[in-house]
Amino acid sequence: MKLEIRNLTKSFGGVRAIDDVSLSFPSGSLSAVIGPNGAGKSTFFNLISGAFPADSGELLLDGRDIIRLSRTERMHRGIGRAFQVASCFPTMTVQENLMAAVTAHLRQWGNLSHRFPPPGVRGRAEAVMELVGLTEVRNVQAAILSHGDQKLLDIAIALALEPRVLLLDEPTAGMGPDERWRMIERVRRLWQQRQLTLVFIEHDMDIVFQIASTIRVLCYGRVLAEGTPDEIRNNQAVIEAYLGTEADAA
Amino acid sequence: MKSRPALRDAAIATLALIVVLAIPLLHRSPAFEDFIIRLSAMALFATSLNLLIGNAGMVSFGHGLFYGLGAYAFALTMQLTELSLPVAIVVAMLITALAALGVGAICVRLGTDYFAFITLAVQMLFYSIIISWQSLTGGDQGLRGGIPRREIFGFELASQLHLYQFCAVIAVLGLLVLRHISASPFGQTLRMIRDNENRAGFLGIVLWRARLAAFTIAGAFAGVGGVLAALFVSGAYPELADWPNSGQAIFAVMLGGVNSFLGPVLGAMILLALNDVVTRFTEYHGLVLGLVILGFALGLRRGVLDFLKVAWPGRSR
Repeated sequence: MKLEIRNLTKSFGGVRAIDDVSLSFPSGSLSAVIGPNGAGKSTFFNLISGAFPADSGELLLDGRDIIRLSRTERMHRGIGRAFQVASCFPTMTVQENLMAAVTAHLRQWGNLSHRFPPPGVRGRAEAVMELVGLTEVRNVQAAILSHGDQKLLDIAIALALEPRVLLLDEPTAGMGPDERWRMIERVRRLWQQRQLTLVFIEHDMDIVFQIASTIRVLCYGRVLAEGTPDEIRNNQAVIEAYLGTEADAA
Repeated sequence: MKSRPALRDAAIATLALIVVLAIPLLHRSPAFEDFIIRLSAMALFATSLNLLIGNAGMVSFGHGLFYGLGAYAFALTMQLTELSLPVAIVVAMLITALAALGVGAICVRLGTDYFAFITLAVQMLFYSIIISWQSLTGGDQGLRGGIPRREIFGFELASQLHLYQFCAVIAVLGLLVLRHISASPFGQTLRMIRDNENRAGFLGIVLWRARLAAFTIAGAFAGVGGVLAALFVSGAYPELADWPNSGQAIFAVMLGGVNSFLGPVLGAMILLALNDVVTRFTEYHGLVLGLVILGFALGLRRGVLDFLKVAWPGRSR
Protein backbone atom coordinates (compact mmCIF):
# COMPACT_ATOMS: atom_id res chain seq x y z
CA MET A 1 0.00 0.00 0.00
CA LYS A 2 1.21 3.42 -0.85
CA LEU A 3 1.43 5.89 2.00
CA GLU A 4 1.46 9.56 1.16
CA ILE A 5 1.71 12.46 3.58
CA ARG A 6 0.88 15.98 2.50
CA ASN A 7 1.55 19.19 4.42
CA LEU A 8 1.27 17.48 7.80
CA THR A 9 1.54 19.89 10.74
CA LYS A 10 1.32 19.44 14.49
CA SER A 11 2.12 21.94 17.23
CA PHE A 12 2.49 21.38 20.94
CA GLY A 13 1.93 24.64 22.79
CA GLY A 14 3.47 26.83 20.11
CA VAL A 15 6.28 24.46 19.20
CA ARG A 16 5.90 23.04 15.72
CA ALA A 17 6.83 19.41 16.31
CA ILE A 18 5.89 18.54 12.73
CA ASP A 19 6.01 21.45 10.33
CA ASP A 20 4.47 21.11 6.88
CA VAL A 21 5.89 17.66 6.17
CA SER A 22 5.15 16.04 2.81
CA LEU A 23 6.55 12.59 2.14
CA SER A 24 5.64 9.62 -0.01
CA PHE A 25 6.33 5.96 0.72
CA PRO A 26 5.72 3.78 -2.35
CA SER A 27 3.98 0.44 -1.96
CA GLY A 28 6.39 -2.27 -0.84
CA SER A 29 9.23 0.14 -0.06
CA LEU A 30 11.63 -0.17 2.85
CA SER A 31 12.44 3.28 4.17
CA ALA A 32 14.30 4.73 7.10
CA VAL A 33 13.46 7.93 8.93
CA ILE A 34 16.46 9.46 10.63
CA GLY A 35 17.25 12.71 12.36
CA PRO A 36 18.64 14.14 15.58
CA ASN A 37 16.84 13.74 18.90
CA GLY A 38 13.74 15.90 19.07
CA ALA A 39 13.46 16.06 15.28
CA GLY A 40 9.85 14.88 15.47
CA LYS A 41 10.33 11.29 14.27
CA SER A 42 8.18 9.65 16.93
CA THR A 43 5.58 12.43 16.65
CA PHE A 44 5.50 11.73 12.93
CA PHE A 45 4.70 8.06 13.62
CA ASN A 46 2.12 9.02 16.22
CA LEU A 47 0.34 11.21 13.70
CA ILE A 48 0.29 8.50 11.04
CA SER A 49 -0.96 5.82 13.43
CA GLY A 50 -3.54 8.16 14.95
CA ALA A 51 -2.24 8.35 18.52
CA PHE A 52 -3.32 11.99 18.49
CA PRO A 53 -4.89 14.21 15.83
CA ALA A 54 -2.90 16.33 13.41
CA ASP A 55 -3.51 20.08 13.20
CA SER A 56 -3.68 20.01 9.44
CA GLY A 57 -2.56 18.02 6.45
CA GLU A 58 -3.54 14.90 4.56
CA LEU A 59 -2.69 11.25 5.03
CA LEU A 60 -3.37 9.22 1.92
CA LEU A 61 -3.45 5.45 2.00
CA ASP A 62 -3.62 4.23 -1.60
CA GLY A 63 -5.02 7.65 -2.49
CA ARG A 64 -7.73 7.82 0.18
CA ASP A 65 -7.44 10.41 2.91
CA ILE A 66 -7.59 8.78 6.35
CA ILE A 67 -6.42 11.69 8.50
CA ARG A 68 -9.84 12.06 10.16
CA LEU A 69 -10.15 8.38 11.06
CA SER A 70 -9.54 7.05 14.57
CA ARG A 71 -6.52 4.91 15.36
CA THR A 72 -8.83 1.86 15.38
CA GLU A 73 -10.12 2.54 11.88
CA ARG A 74 -6.60 3.22 10.63
CA MET A 75 -5.53 -0.10 12.12
CA HIS A 76 -8.34 -1.88 10.30
CA ARG A 77 -7.26 -0.21 7.05
CA GLY A 78 -3.81 -1.66 7.40
CA ILE A 79 -1.60 0.72 9.35
CA GLY A 80 0.36 -1.12 12.03
CA ARG A 81 3.01 0.08 14.41
CA ALA A 82 5.47 -1.07 17.04
CA PHE A 83 6.79 1.14 19.79
CA GLN A 84 10.14 2.57 20.83
CA VAL A 85 9.70 1.00 24.27
CA ALA A 86 8.37 -2.51 23.64
CA SER A 87 4.63 -2.37 24.27
CA CYS A 88 3.00 -5.68 25.11
CA PHE A 89 0.84 -7.23 27.81
CA PRO A 90 3.32 -8.12 30.55
CA THR A 91 1.25 -10.58 32.62
CA MET A 92 0.32 -12.68 29.58
CA THR A 93 2.43 -15.27 27.85
CA VAL A 94 3.71 -14.70 24.33
CA GLN A 95 0.96 -16.89 22.95
CA GLU A 96 -1.75 -15.10 24.95
CA ASN A 97 -0.41 -11.73 23.80
CA LEU A 98 -0.79 -12.74 20.19
CA MET A 99 -4.13 -14.48 20.62
CA ALA A 100 -5.42 -11.35 22.37
CA ALA A 101 -4.20 -9.17 19.50
CA VAL A 102 -5.82 -11.41 16.88
CA THR A 103 -9.07 -11.47 18.88
CA ALA A 104 -9.12 -7.67 18.96
CA HIS A 105 -8.37 -7.53 15.25
CA LEU A 106 -11.32 -9.81 14.50
CA ARG A 107 -13.48 -7.32 16.46
CA GLN A 108 -14.19 -10.05 18.98
CA TRP A 109 -12.94 -8.18 22.02
CA GLY A 110 -16.42 -7.74 23.46
CA ASN A 111 -17.38 -11.37 22.86
CA LEU A 112 -19.07 -12.91 25.90
CA SER A 113 -20.38 -16.09 24.36
CA HIS A 114 -17.15 -18.02 23.89
CA ARG A 115 -14.22 -18.96 25.99
CA PHE A 116 -10.96 -17.22 25.15
CA PRO A 117 -9.58 -17.71 22.55
CA PRO A 118 -12.55 -17.62 20.15
CA PRO A 119 -12.45 -19.95 17.13
CA GLY A 120 -9.88 -19.26 14.46
CA VAL A 121 -7.63 -17.19 16.70
CA ARG A 122 -5.19 -19.87 17.83
CA GLY A 123 -4.03 -20.70 14.32
CA ARG A 124 -3.42 -17.12 13.32
CA ALA A 125 -1.47 -16.41 16.50
CA GLU A 126 0.55 -19.55 15.80
CA ALA A 127 1.41 -18.35 12.29
CA VAL A 128 2.63 -14.99 13.55
CA MET A 129 4.72 -16.68 16.24
CA GLU A 130 6.42 -18.82 13.63
CA LEU A 131 6.90 -15.89 11.30
CA VAL A 132 8.86 -13.83 13.83
CA GLY A 133 10.49 -16.80 15.55
CA LEU A 134 8.96 -16.68 19.00
CA THR A 135 7.63 -20.24 19.03
CA GLU A 136 10.19 -21.44 21.56
CA VAL A 137 9.16 -18.90 24.17
CA ARG A 138 5.42 -19.20 23.55
CA ASN A 139 4.61 -20.03 27.17
CA VAL A 140 6.90 -17.42 28.71
CA GLN A 141 5.35 -14.39 30.34
CA ALA A 142 6.06 -11.24 28.38
CA ALA A 143 7.38 -9.48 31.49
CA ILE A 144 10.28 -11.91 31.83
CA LEU A 145 11.23 -12.17 28.16
CA SER A 146 14.64 -10.86 27.14
CA HIS A 147 14.69 -7.29 25.90
CA GLY A 148 15.17 -8.41 22.31
CA ASP A 149 12.27 -10.85 22.50
CA GLN A 150 10.04 -8.15 23.95
CA LYS A 151 10.82 -5.94 20.97
CA LEU A 152 10.06 -8.89 18.69
CA LEU A 153 6.80 -9.55 20.50
CA ASP A 154 5.85 -5.91 20.06
CA ILE A 155 6.40 -6.27 16.31
CA ALA A 156 4.57 -9.60 16.32
CA ILE A 157 1.53 -7.97 17.94
CA ALA A 158 1.56 -5.39 15.16
CA LEU A 159 1.84 -8.16 12.55
CA ALA A 160 -1.07 -10.04 14.10
CA LEU A 161 -3.27 -7.19 12.86
CA GLU A 162 -2.25 -7.99 9.26
CA PRO A 163 -0.92 -4.54 8.43
CA ARG A 164 0.01 -3.42 4.92
CA VAL A 165 2.01 -0.48 6.19
CA LEU A 166 4.22 -1.14 9.21
CA LEU A 167 5.87 1.59 11.27
CA LEU A 168 8.73 0.47 13.50
CA ASP A 169 10.00 3.01 16.03
CA GLU A 170 13.64 2.08 16.65
CA PRO A 171 13.34 -1.70 16.38
CA THR A 172 16.91 -2.11 17.63
CA ALA A 173 16.77 0.36 20.53
CA GLY A 174 18.72 -0.82 23.55
CA MET A 175 20.33 -3.82 21.82
CA GLY A 176 23.94 -4.85 21.56
CA PRO A 177 25.64 -4.81 18.11
CA ASP A 178 25.12 -8.52 17.30
CA GLU A 179 21.53 -8.50 18.47
CA ARG A 180 20.87 -5.41 16.35
CA TRP A 181 21.89 -7.12 13.16
CA ARG A 182 19.88 -10.23 13.96
CA MET A 183 16.86 -8.06 14.61
CA ILE A 184 17.21 -6.04 11.48
CA GLU A 185 17.69 -9.20 9.40
CA ARG A 186 14.42 -10.49 10.76
CA VAL A 187 12.72 -7.21 9.98
CA ARG A 188 14.02 -7.34 6.44
CA ARG A 189 12.77 -10.89 6.03
CA LEU A 190 9.33 -9.92 7.33
CA TRP A 191 9.24 -7.05 4.89
CA GLN A 192 9.95 -9.42 2.01
CA GLN A 193 7.59 -12.19 3.07
CA ARG A 194 4.64 -9.95 3.86
CA GLN A 195 5.30 -7.44 1.07
CA LEU A 196 4.91 -4.64 3.55
CA THR A 197 5.40 -0.96 3.09
CA LEU A 198 7.84 -0.66 5.94
CA VAL A 199 9.07 2.54 7.56
CA PHE A 200 11.49 2.46 10.46
CA ILE A 201 13.17 4.97 12.72
CA GLU A 202 16.79 4.10 13.43
CA HIS A 203 19.83 5.75 14.96
CA ASP A 204 22.45 3.23 13.86
CA MET A 205 23.70 4.64 10.54
CA ASP A 206 25.41 1.40 9.53
CA ILE A 207 22.06 -0.34 9.65
CA VAL A 208 20.25 2.49 7.90
CA PHE A 209 22.70 2.72 5.00
CA GLN A 210 22.84 -1.06 4.71
CA ILE A 211 19.17 -1.96 4.45
CA ALA A 212 16.99 1.08 3.64
CA SER A 213 16.24 1.66 -0.01
CA THR A 214 15.32 5.27 0.68
CA ILE A 215 16.04 7.54 3.62
CA ARG A 216 14.09 10.56 4.94
CA VAL A 217 15.85 12.98 7.23
CA LEU A 218 13.77 15.01 9.67
CA CYS A 219 15.17 18.00 11.54
CA TYR A 220 13.20 20.39 13.76
CA GLY A 221 9.98 18.98 12.42
CA ARG A 222 10.84 19.60 8.78
CA VAL A 223 12.05 17.36 5.97
CA LEU A 224 15.73 18.13 5.63
CA ALA A 225 16.46 15.68 2.85
CA GLU A 226 15.29 12.50 1.15
CA GLY A 227 16.99 10.12 -1.20
CA THR A 228 18.96 6.91 -1.59
CA PRO A 229 21.63 6.02 0.98
CA ASP A 230 24.34 7.35 -1.32
CA GLU A 231 22.59 10.65 -1.85
CA ILE A 232 22.01 11.11 1.88
CA ARG A 233 25.58 10.17 2.78
CA ASN A 234 26.87 12.97 0.56
CA ASN A 235 24.22 15.56 1.33
CA GLN A 236 25.92 18.62 2.83
CA ALA A 237 22.90 19.73 4.88
CA VAL A 238 22.49 16.27 6.41
CA ILE A 239 26.18 16.04 7.25
CA GLU A 240 26.03 19.38 9.02
CA ALA A 241 22.79 18.78 10.87
CA TYR A 242 23.12 15.15 11.76
CA LEU A 243 25.79 12.88 10.38
CA GLY A 244 28.60 15.30 11.11
CA THR A 245 27.70 15.56 14.77
CA GLU A 246 27.50 11.78 14.98
CA ALA A 247 31.02 11.53 13.63
CA ASP A 248 32.21 14.22 16.04
CA ALA A 249 30.70 12.39 18.94
CA ALA A 250 32.39 9.18 17.85
CA MET B 1 -19.99 -23.86 21.57
CA LYS B 2 -18.76 -25.55 24.73
CA SER B 3 -15.08 -26.17 25.06
CA ARG B 4 -13.59 -28.48 27.64
CA PRO B 5 -12.61 -25.84 30.23
CA ALA B 6 -16.23 -24.68 30.34
CA LEU B 7 -17.39 -28.23 31.03
CA ARG B 8 -14.75 -28.60 33.71
CA ASP B 9 -15.93 -25.44 35.46
CA ALA B 10 -19.53 -26.60 35.27
CA ALA B 11 -18.52 -29.97 36.71
CA ILE B 12 -16.66 -28.37 39.61
CA ALA B 13 -19.62 -26.08 40.31
CA THR B 14 -22.06 -29.01 40.25
CA LEU B 15 -19.88 -31.01 42.59
CA ALA B 16 -19.52 -28.12 45.03
CA LEU B 17 -23.25 -27.56 44.94
CA ILE B 18 -24.01 -31.24 45.60
CA VAL B 19 -21.67 -31.25 48.60
CA VAL B 20 -23.14 -28.06 50.06
CA LEU B 21 -26.70 -29.26 49.55
CA ALA B 22 -25.93 -32.68 51.03
CA ILE B 23 -24.48 -31.41 54.30
CA PRO B 24 -27.83 -30.46 55.97
CA LEU B 25 -29.25 -33.85 55.02
CA LEU B 26 -26.57 -35.47 57.16
CA HIS B 27 -26.30 -32.95 59.94
CA ARG B 28 -28.30 -29.84 60.75
CA SER B 29 -26.30 -26.94 62.14
CA PRO B 30 -28.00 -23.52 62.17
CA ALA B 31 -24.68 -21.73 62.64
CA PHE B 32 -23.16 -23.44 59.60
CA GLU B 33 -26.24 -22.80 57.51
CA ASP B 34 -26.20 -19.12 58.46
CA PHE B 35 -22.57 -19.00 57.53
CA ILE B 36 -23.19 -20.41 54.06
CA ILE B 37 -26.12 -18.05 53.47
CA ARG B 38 -24.02 -15.03 54.38
CA LEU B 39 -21.11 -16.43 52.40
CA SER B 40 -23.31 -16.73 49.30
CA ALA B 41 -24.09 -13.03 49.43
CA MET B 42 -20.53 -12.01 50.24
CA ALA B 43 -18.99 -14.31 47.62
CA LEU B 44 -21.06 -12.76 44.82
CA PHE B 45 -20.29 -9.29 46.17
CA ALA B 46 -16.52 -9.83 46.36
CA THR B 47 -16.19 -11.84 43.14
CA SER B 48 -18.10 -9.23 41.16
CA LEU B 49 -15.79 -6.58 42.60
CA ASN B 50 -12.82 -8.63 41.51
CA LEU B 51 -14.04 -8.52 37.91
CA LEU B 52 -13.17 -4.84 38.24
CA ILE B 53 -10.05 -5.08 40.43
CA GLY B 54 -8.41 -8.28 39.24
CA ASN B 55 -9.46 -8.33 35.59
CA ALA B 56 -9.72 -4.68 34.67
CA GLY B 57 -7.47 -3.03 37.26
CA MET B 58 -10.31 -0.70 38.28
CA VAL B 59 -10.26 -0.33 42.07
CA SER B 60 -13.76 0.76 43.04
CA PHE B 61 -14.27 1.94 46.62
CA GLY B 62 -18.00 2.23 46.16
CA HIS B 63 -19.07 -1.27 45.22
CA GLY B 64 -21.28 -1.46 48.34
CA LEU B 65 -23.65 0.92 46.59
CA PHE B 66 -24.80 -1.85 44.27
CA TYR B 67 -24.94 -4.42 47.04
CA GLY B 68 -27.16 -2.13 49.09
CA LEU B 69 -29.21 -1.10 46.09
CA GLY B 70 -29.81 -4.74 45.19
CA ALA B 71 -31.08 -5.40 48.71
CA TYR B 72 -33.40 -2.37 48.79
CA ALA B 73 -34.63 -2.82 45.23
CA PHE B 74 -35.50 -6.45 45.93
CA ALA B 75 -37.09 -5.90 49.31
CA LEU B 76 -39.14 -2.94 48.10
CA THR B 77 -40.25 -4.79 44.97
CA MET B 78 -41.45 -7.63 47.15
CA GLN B 79 -43.23 -5.28 49.56
CA LEU B 80 -44.82 -2.93 47.07
CA THR B 81 -45.77 -5.31 44.27
CA GLU B 82 -47.26 -8.76 43.89
CA LEU B 83 -44.41 -9.99 41.72
CA SER B 84 -43.10 -13.45 42.39
CA LEU B 85 -39.69 -13.91 44.00
CA PRO B 86 -37.68 -14.84 40.88
CA VAL B 87 -39.17 -11.90 39.00
CA ALA B 88 -38.34 -9.58 41.89
CA ILE B 89 -34.75 -10.81 41.79
CA VAL B 90 -34.52 -10.08 38.08
CA VAL B 91 -36.05 -6.64 38.66
CA ALA B 92 -33.50 -5.92 41.40
CA MET B 93 -30.69 -7.07 39.13
CA LEU B 94 -31.91 -4.84 36.30
CA ILE B 95 -32.21 -1.83 38.60
CA THR B 96 -28.65 -2.29 39.91
CA ALA B 97 -27.36 -2.84 36.38
CA LEU B 98 -28.98 0.41 35.26
CA ALA B 99 -27.61 2.27 38.27
CA ALA B 100 -24.14 0.86 37.58
CA LEU B 101 -24.45 1.94 33.95
CA GLY B 102 -25.27 5.47 35.09
CA VAL B 103 -22.55 5.68 37.73
CA GLY B 104 -20.07 4.02 35.38
CA ALA B 105 -20.83 6.51 32.63
CA ILE B 106 -19.52 9.20 34.97
CA CYS B 107 -16.60 7.25 36.44
CA VAL B 108 -14.95 4.95 33.92
CA ARG B 109 -13.18 7.64 31.92
CA LEU B 110 -11.43 8.94 35.04
CA GLY B 111 -7.89 8.06 36.03
CA THR B 112 -7.32 5.39 38.68
CA ASP B 113 -7.28 7.69 41.73
CA TYR B 114 -10.28 9.74 40.71
CA PHE B 115 -12.17 6.61 39.77
CA ALA B 116 -11.70 5.31 43.33
CA PHE B 117 -12.73 8.63 44.86
CA ILE B 118 -15.77 9.23 42.72
CA THR B 119 -17.13 5.70 43.18
CA LEU B 120 -16.78 6.27 46.92
CA ALA B 121 -18.46 9.68 46.70
CA VAL B 122 -21.43 8.32 44.73
CA GLN B 123 -21.86 5.55 47.27
CA MET B 124 -21.94 8.05 50.15
CA LEU B 125 -24.51 10.06 48.25
CA PHE B 126 -26.65 6.95 47.88
CA TYR B 127 -26.23 6.18 51.57
CA SER B 128 -27.44 9.67 52.48
CA ILE B 129 -30.47 9.20 50.25
CA ILE B 130 -31.38 5.98 52.06
CA ILE B 131 -31.05 7.70 55.42
CA SER B 132 -33.05 10.75 54.36
CA TRP B 133 -35.85 9.17 52.36
CA GLN B 134 -37.58 7.78 55.42
CA SER B 135 -41.01 7.29 53.92
CA LEU B 136 -39.65 4.81 51.39
CA THR B 137 -36.59 3.26 53.02
CA GLY B 138 -37.34 3.57 56.72
CA GLY B 139 -34.24 5.73 57.13
CA ASP B 140 -31.58 4.59 59.57
CA GLN B 141 -33.96 2.02 61.07
CA GLY B 142 -33.80 0.09 57.85
CA LEU B 143 -36.63 -1.28 55.79
CA ARG B 144 -39.05 -2.99 58.15
CA GLY B 145 -42.08 -5.15 57.74
CA GLY B 146 -40.10 -8.08 56.41
CA ILE B 147 -40.15 -9.60 52.97
CA PRO B 148 -43.50 -11.14 52.05
CA ARG B 149 -43.32 -14.90 51.98
CA ARG B 150 -44.18 -16.19 48.57
CA GLU B 151 -43.23 -19.72 47.96
CA ILE B 152 -41.61 -20.65 44.67
CA PHE B 153 -41.53 -24.15 43.24
CA GLY B 154 -42.44 -25.51 46.66
CA PHE B 155 -39.70 -23.51 48.34
CA GLU B 156 -40.65 -21.54 51.42
CA LEU B 157 -37.80 -19.14 52.09
CA ALA B 158 -38.90 -18.50 55.66
CA SER B 159 -37.53 -21.97 56.36
CA GLN B 160 -33.83 -21.77 57.01
CA LEU B 161 -33.11 -24.98 55.14
CA HIS B 162 -34.88 -23.74 52.03
CA LEU B 163 -33.18 -20.37 52.22
CA TYR B 164 -29.85 -22.17 52.56
CA GLN B 165 -30.51 -24.26 49.48
CA PHE B 166 -31.79 -21.31 47.51
CA CYS B 167 -28.79 -19.08 48.35
CA ALA B 168 -26.31 -21.85 47.55
CA VAL B 169 -27.88 -22.44 44.14
CA ILE B 170 -28.02 -18.73 43.27
CA ALA B 171 -24.44 -18.14 44.42
CA VAL B 172 -23.03 -21.09 42.49
CA LEU B 173 -24.93 -20.12 39.35
CA GLY B 174 -23.81 -16.50 39.72
CA LEU B 175 -20.19 -17.49 40.24
CA LEU B 176 -20.37 -19.77 37.22
CA VAL B 177 -21.60 -16.92 35.02
CA LEU B 178 -18.91 -14.59 36.40
CA ARG B 179 -16.33 -17.28 35.74
CA HIS B 180 -17.51 -17.56 32.17
CA ILE B 181 -17.31 -13.78 31.70
CA SER B 182 -13.84 -13.68 33.19
CA ALA B 183 -12.67 -16.48 30.86
CA SER B 184 -14.34 -15.03 27.75
CA PRO B 185 -12.62 -12.88 25.14
CA PHE B 186 -14.18 -9.91 26.93
CA GLY B 187 -12.50 -10.98 30.18
CA GLN B 188 -9.22 -11.16 28.30
CA THR B 189 -9.88 -7.68 26.93
CA LEU B 190 -10.17 -6.36 30.48
CA ARG B 191 -6.80 -7.92 31.31
CA MET B 192 -5.29 -6.26 28.24
CA ILE B 193 -6.57 -2.89 29.42
CA ARG B 194 -5.21 -3.55 32.91
CA ASP B 195 -1.81 -4.52 31.52
CA ASN B 196 -1.37 -1.84 28.88
CA GLU B 197 -4.26 0.40 27.96
CA ASN B 198 -2.31 2.30 25.34
CA ARG B 199 -1.56 -0.83 23.34
CA ALA B 200 -5.09 -2.12 23.89
CA GLY B 201 -6.38 1.10 22.36
CA PHE B 202 -4.15 0.63 19.33
CA LEU B 203 -5.60 -2.85 18.88
CA GLY B 204 -9.04 -1.36 18.36
CA ILE B 205 -10.45 -1.84 21.85
CA VAL B 206 -12.71 1.02 22.87
CA LEU B 207 -11.45 1.46 26.41
CA TRP B 208 -14.39 3.26 27.97
CA ARG B 209 -16.90 0.89 26.45
CA ALA B 210 -15.12 -2.18 27.80
CA ARG B 211 -14.74 -0.57 31.24
CA LEU B 212 -18.35 0.52 31.34
CA ALA B 213 -19.53 -2.96 30.41
CA ALA B 214 -17.39 -4.45 33.18
CA PHE B 215 -18.67 -1.91 35.69
CA THR B 216 -22.30 -2.64 34.75
CA ILE B 217 -21.88 -6.42 34.93
CA ALA B 218 -20.08 -6.16 38.27
CA GLY B 219 -22.81 -3.89 39.63
CA ALA B 220 -25.55 -6.29 38.57
CA PHE B 221 -23.92 -9.27 40.29
CA ALA B 222 -23.23 -7.26 43.44
CA GLY B 223 -26.96 -6.53 43.31
CA VAL B 224 -27.72 -10.27 43.33
CA GLY B 225 -25.45 -10.57 46.36
CA GLY B 226 -27.52 -7.82 47.96
CA VAL B 227 -30.72 -9.75 47.20
CA LEU B 228 -29.38 -12.74 49.14
CA ALA B 229 -28.38 -10.43 51.99
CA ALA B 230 -31.91 -8.98 52.03
CA LEU B 231 -33.37 -12.49 52.16
CA PHE B 232 -31.09 -13.34 55.08
CA VAL B 233 -31.99 -10.32 57.21
CA SER B 234 -35.55 -10.25 55.84
CA GLY B 235 -35.31 -6.58 55.04
CA ALA B 236 -32.64 -4.06 54.12
CA TYR B 237 -30.42 -1.82 56.18
CA PRO B 238 -28.42 1.28 55.26
CA GLU B 239 -25.25 -0.45 56.52
CA LEU B 240 -25.43 -2.73 53.49
CA ALA B 241 -24.75 0.32 51.31
CA ASP B 242 -22.31 2.02 53.65
CA TRP B 243 -18.66 2.43 52.80
CA PRO B 244 -17.28 0.01 55.41
CA ASN B 245 -19.20 -2.63 53.52
CA SER B 246 -17.33 -1.74 50.33
CA GLY B 247 -14.20 -2.09 52.41
CA GLN B 248 -15.27 -5.61 53.43
CA ALA B 249 -15.45 -6.59 49.77
CA ILE B 250 -12.04 -5.09 49.07
CA PHE B 251 -10.62 -6.96 52.09
CA ALA B 252 -12.15 -10.20 50.85
CA VAL B 253 -10.56 -9.69 47.44
CA MET B 254 -7.20 -8.84 48.98
CA LEU B 255 -7.20 -11.71 51.46
CA GLY B 256 -8.15 -14.33 48.90
CA GLY B 257 -6.13 -13.08 45.93
CA VAL B 258 -6.92 -10.87 42.94
CA ASN B 259 -5.45 -13.12 40.29
CA SER B 260 -7.39 -16.27 41.13
CA PHE B 261 -11.02 -16.55 40.24
CA LEU B 262 -11.93 -18.22 43.53
CA GLY B 263 -9.67 -15.92 45.56
CA PRO B 264 -12.45 -13.52 46.60
CA VAL B 265 -14.67 -16.46 47.64
CA LEU B 266 -11.92 -17.76 49.88
CA GLY B 267 -11.34 -14.22 51.14
CA ALA B 268 -15.02 -13.87 51.98
CA MET B 269 -14.85 -17.17 53.90
CA ILE B 270 -11.83 -15.99 55.88
CA LEU B 271 -13.41 -12.65 56.60
CA LEU B 272 -16.74 -14.09 57.77
CA ALA B 273 -15.06 -16.77 59.85
CA LEU B 274 -12.82 -14.17 61.46
CA ASN B 275 -15.82 -12.01 62.28
CA ASP B 276 -17.69 -14.92 63.83
CA VAL B 277 -14.79 -16.28 65.84
CA VAL B 278 -13.29 -13.00 66.99
CA THR B 279 -16.56 -11.43 68.12
CA ARG B 280 -17.01 -14.41 70.41
CA PHE B 281 -13.90 -13.43 72.36
CA THR B 282 -13.55 -9.69 72.12
CA GLU B 283 -15.45 -6.63 71.03
CA TYR B 284 -12.33 -5.30 69.33
CA HIS B 285 -12.76 -7.43 66.24
CA GLY B 286 -11.77 -4.52 64.02
CA LEU B 287 -8.36 -4.52 65.66
CA VAL B 288 -7.86 -8.23 65.04
CA LEU B 289 -9.06 -7.90 61.47
CA GLY B 290 -6.64 -5.05 60.92
CA LEU B 291 -3.74 -7.14 62.23
CA VAL B 292 -4.68 -10.06 59.99
CA ILE B 293 -4.82 -7.83 56.94
CA LEU B 294 -1.48 -6.26 57.86
CA GLY B 295 -0.08 -9.76 58.17
CA PHE B 296 -1.27 -10.63 54.68
CA ALA B 297 -0.12 -7.37 53.15
CA LEU B 298 3.34 -7.37 54.72
CA GLY B 299 3.90 -11.11 55.07
CA LEU B 300 2.47 -12.79 51.98
CA ARG B 301 2.28 -9.58 49.96
CA ARG B 302 -0.71 -11.07 48.17
CA GLY B 303 -3.88 -13.02 48.82
CA VAL B 304 -3.85 -16.68 49.82
CA LEU B 305 -4.59 -18.23 46.43
CA ASP B 306 -2.19 -15.90 44.62
CA PHE B 307 0.44 -16.81 47.19
CA LEU B 308 -0.12 -20.52 46.64
CA LYS B 309 0.09 -20.01 42.89
CA VAL B 310 3.48 -18.35 43.27
CA ALA B 311 4.67 -20.91 45.82
CA TRP B 312 3.62 -23.87 43.65
CA PRO B 313 3.80 -22.70 40.07
CA GLY B 314 2.95 -24.90 37.13
CA ARG B 315 -0.78 -24.45 37.25
CA SER B 316 -1.89 -21.32 35.55
CA ARG B 317 -5.03 -19.42 36.53
